[in-house]
Amino acid sequence: MLHIINKSPLGNNSLDACLRVAASGDILLIEDAVYAATKGNAMEGKVREAMSRLKIHILLPDLEARGLADRIIEGVAKVDYGGFVDLVAANKNCQSWL
Amino acid sequence: MNEVKKFLFVNRKAPYGTIYALESLEVVLITAAFDQDVSLAFLDDGVYQLKKGQQTKGIETKNFSPTYRALDGYDVEKLYVEKESLDARGLTEEDLLVDVTVLGSREMGALMDEQDVVLSF
Repeated sequence: MLHIINKSPLGNNSLDACLRVAASGDILLIEDAVYAATKGNAMEGKVREAMSRLKIHILLPDLEARGLADRIIEGVAKVDYGGFVDLVAANKNCQSWL
Repeated sequence: MNEVKKFLFVNRKAPYGTIYALESLEVVLITAAFDQDVSLAFLDDGVYQLKKGQQTKGIETKNFSPTYRALDGYDVEKLYVEKESLDARGLTEEDLLVDVTVLGSREMGALMDEQDVVLSF
């Protein structure tokens, strides 16, 4: 399934909760959640660890808006708005972790 | 009524994901227009407001980050950033688009202590 996160990992526990329960599938980081996929963030270790069992994607326009497009963790997949739609269509269901 | 008070704006939210950062900036400019003693503090995700290189075309939202550079034109020159918040986000002073004073957590606490009015965003 597809998990969608839109909250900063250091201001909210949505990503933590998702990583705790999700065993496999796709995670899409959008809005303030894109900070989780940047090098040097305190969540970097947990994100890297999760990448062994989950495919992590980020919405690139949201990372560009925040001035961090050059700091993405290797192996995180960048998607645009069309890619967002493709991910939703390719998965049988999705959950937005509000 | 003409007494000058010390105002501190505490910014703890990332830009764009919520409206807090932009609204804080609006109130800062209003306060400065009343010739008050204004300081801005950035901690937790608030430090992201000052990140260089913000490009908002892709999200079709106004990039308000250049406004921080215009603040000294309104005599708002006291910007403080908490070091621990920068560290937790892999950021350094060089990543910020304005000159700031970097403070440790306890120094930040002392800055809050000495204010007449603290507004939190």
